[in-house]
Amino acid sequence: MENFKNQEILNWAAFLQLKEQNSKDSRLRDFYHAGTYHNETPLSEIDFVALDFETTGLDSQQNGIISIGLVPFNLQRIFCRKAKKWYITPQDNLQENSIIIHGITHSDLQDAPDLLRILEQLLDELAGKVVVVHYRHIERDFLDHTLRILINEGIMFPVIDTMQIEADLHRKRSKGWLNFFSKKRPESIRLANSRTRYNLPVYPPHDALTDAIATAELLQAQIIYHFSPDTAIKNLWL
Amino acid sequence: MTAELLEIQSFIAQYAPFDQLPEQVIVEVAQSVEISYYRADTMIIDFNDKINELYILRSGVVELYRRKGELYNRLDQGQLFGQMGLLTNNKVRFPAKAVKDTLLYSIPESVFNELCESYDDFADFVEVEDSMRLKHAVKSKTDVTISRVKTLLTRAPLVLPSSSTIQAVAKIMAGENISAALINDPDIEDELGSSFVGIITEHDLCANVIASGLSVDNPISQVMSTDLISLDHNAYIFEAMLLMLRYNIHHLPILKNKKPIGLIEVADIIRYESQNSLLFVSSIFQQKSSEDLAHLSTQLKNCFVRMVNEDANSHMVGRAMSEIGRSFKQRLLTLAEEKFGPPPIPYCFLALGSMARNEQLMVTDQDNALILDNSYQVELHGAYFEQLAEFVCDGLAACGYTYCTGYIMATNPEYRKTRSQWEDCFADWIDNPNPQSLLNCSIFFDLTGVYGRLKWAEQLNAFILRRAKKNNRFLACLAQNARNRTPPLGFFKDFVMEKDGRHNNSINLKRRGTAPLADLVRVHALAIGSPSQNSFERLDDIIEAGILPKSKGEDLKHAMELISLVRLRHQALDIKSGIEPDNNIEPENMSDFERRNLKDAFLVLSNAQNFLKYRYSGNKF
Repeated sequence: MENFKNQEILNWAAFLQLKEQNSKDSRLRDFYHAGTYHNETPLSEIDFVALDFETTGLDSQQNGIISIGLVPFNLQRIFCRKAKKWYITPQDNLQENSIIIHGITHSDLQDAPDLLRILEQLLDELAGKVVVVHYRHIERDFLDHTLRILINEGIMFPVIDTMQIEADLHRKRSKGWLNFFSKKRPESIRLANSRTRYNLPVYPPHDALTDAIATAELLQAQIIYHFSPDTAIKNLWL
Repeated sequence: MTAELLEIQSFIAQYAPFDQLPEQVIVEVAQSVEISYYRADTMIIDFNDKINELYILRSGVVELYRRKGELYNRLDQGQLFGQMGLLTNNKVRFPAKAVKDTLLYSIPESVFNELCESYDDFADFVEVEDSMRLKHAVKSKTDVTISRVKTLLTRAPLVLPSSSTIQAVAKIMAGENISAALINDPDIEDELGSSFVGIITEHDLCANVIASGLSVDNPISQVMSTDLISLDHNAYIFEAMLLMLRYNIHHLPILKNKKPIGLIEVADIIRYESQNSLLFVSSIFQQKSSEDLAHLSTQLKNCFVRMVNEDANSHMVGRAMSEIGRSFKQRLLTLAEEKFGPPPIPYCFLALGSMARNEQLMVTDQDNALILDNSYQVELHGAYFEQLAEFVCDGLAACGYTYCTGYIMATNPEYRKTRSQWEDCFADWIDNPNPQSLLNCSIFFDLTGVYGRLKWAEQLNAFILRRAKKNNRFLACLAQNARNRTPPLGFFKDFVMEKDGRHNNSINLKRRGTAPLADLVRVHALAIGSPSQNSFERLDDIIEAGILPKSKGEDLKHAMELISLVRLRHQALDIKSGIEPDNNIEPENMSDFERRNLKDAFLVLSNAQNFLKYRYSGNKF
């Protein structure tokens, strides 16, 4: 079993309780009130939700969210009937290059609501579950920044980052002195490349819901390969 | 609001039986999916577990096992499992194990049941395990196969030595209450070990003994018939009738491996009468001119449609149509000999290709040739055979057997050769093969004598078999050619999907299906020296020789039968709706049954073509 020691918060349950007391927004208070799991809860008892954002760029300070996909799952199953997907009006002016990347056009976004309109639904889907993302600096940072603009208060919650898991696995391996001599190049930890290591199929990129499902599948595979259903959640969340 | 699951929708819509469902239904099915991941070598479901879901394999490989643990099926992307359990008692029938890292979609029982109730195609599909599907498709339509002559045999033939007296034979026949017996001579044995020399019937005893006042103490060999007309046990009953009518005989010995295994009588087969083709053949022989024959041939279409309607299988229809084609040739040749006088030297008229293989259907061109006696001299005999060939080929064309576009006809002086010239010609094809030169002559490797010295055709065939059997370079060239015409990948609602992704709106089932199948069967048949010509019979020999992987030979037979059946059913439909029948078929006119099973059949063909490459690689000489 792998054991990582790069946690950002040591006691998430207590942290969320504190946030509930300090929060000024009722929607966020409800979200924090749902709380989270105890540090020692085994993975087999956890309800996860995989989350993916498509954004107009990589900088959470400059760019905005244009689409959100999510799908709830547990160690056994990914539940497609509970999947959700929204287009939303980004908080910046949609840049031409990201239109090309995402295949999302201005007309797709014409009638899209801004994040505030769906915030309650989104938080309902995430509340009480462990959020799973691939590269947490997109989902966590963009949501936090966008809420700061819209309601003047950020958001913080535990996540499992499947990219961090890959990074830790491969950093550890490439550190060995044998690897130094064999000049082994570090493996790519991007979503598609990570998936091929677990023989997961190739999906077309840049659809928030497809990526969320891809992330959920990747975590199931990582747990089967490197952890166990009895692994405590504290070893994975950040 | 539930989200559209684009990736899952587009995946499941590609695979049967979902590919037949309306788009909106696919959207709903995708929303009901649960996804799970299994690492290689883990069990997914165990025997007798409760099962409430249908599984679709998204990626990876899954093996299903029988109860005792032997492998039942191996599935990959897009295939289903669990349906048997859902349809029986919600208990797992075939345990499943991921043998590679596997991603599964599961669909809840409620959705499965709804699909079964609303869509018959879906229900039909899941009710039959897929490896069985092709077999079922063929079987359900071919119960008529039981009407082969061997099924009429009830007892071994009575065989008596030729030295017995007439009275002794008559006594035994009376005692056994039979009307005919076979006579053998233990001192004579032909190359096949048969010593069968004659047949004695009640009619012989009456005409040759009683009527002529011959002493009953004479040996039976004096009065028996030695003109032996017999039939292989695999022949259909109507073929037996044709023979009996043609030669006006009432008893017919049935052979297996050239040895008699029984006798059938007219009375045995009355109930199996197959009047249509029978009457047709006998009327061919009553026509007095090629114009009359041409007039009669317009009824051939009706005869064909009747056979298809009576649910004859393709093997039967192919044999009947070939027999009819041969009868046209035979009648034209007798008419030609009446017109031009008896032939100056002996000859044998050959049928090539589908007629030789007994696989002729409605739309066919004539492929024929002549073997001439070695005494042939062009200045003396050339004109006679030119006239004869022209008369026959023109007559056939008038009867609807169009001229061969490749000019492989007896009217072509190149295909009127003496016996030794033909042997040299085949020897050259076989000994100095190259794919290009063999491209146009593969048709010559299916040949049969139709008229004249039939023995010569048999001897030529035997020559070819001996020569071809061990010649790896020749077989490799032939195998390479047999892979030229490939089947399509599959069918969708209104188009044919080609391997390179192109779409076509029709497909030629002969060029893309039965012809490449016959080509590949021919390669194996020549490799093992099978004397059969018919593809089904060749496959029987190939299976017996054991050169194909297990059960692949059976799969090929089913594929051949299925493609031929679809071909002949569509020809019959064309005729009924007043269209000139052809070999093209448009997916939008196919039933779902045909579409699905053709897909399976083409897969079998495609795999068998790949196997050819591996088996006859040509560098083994």
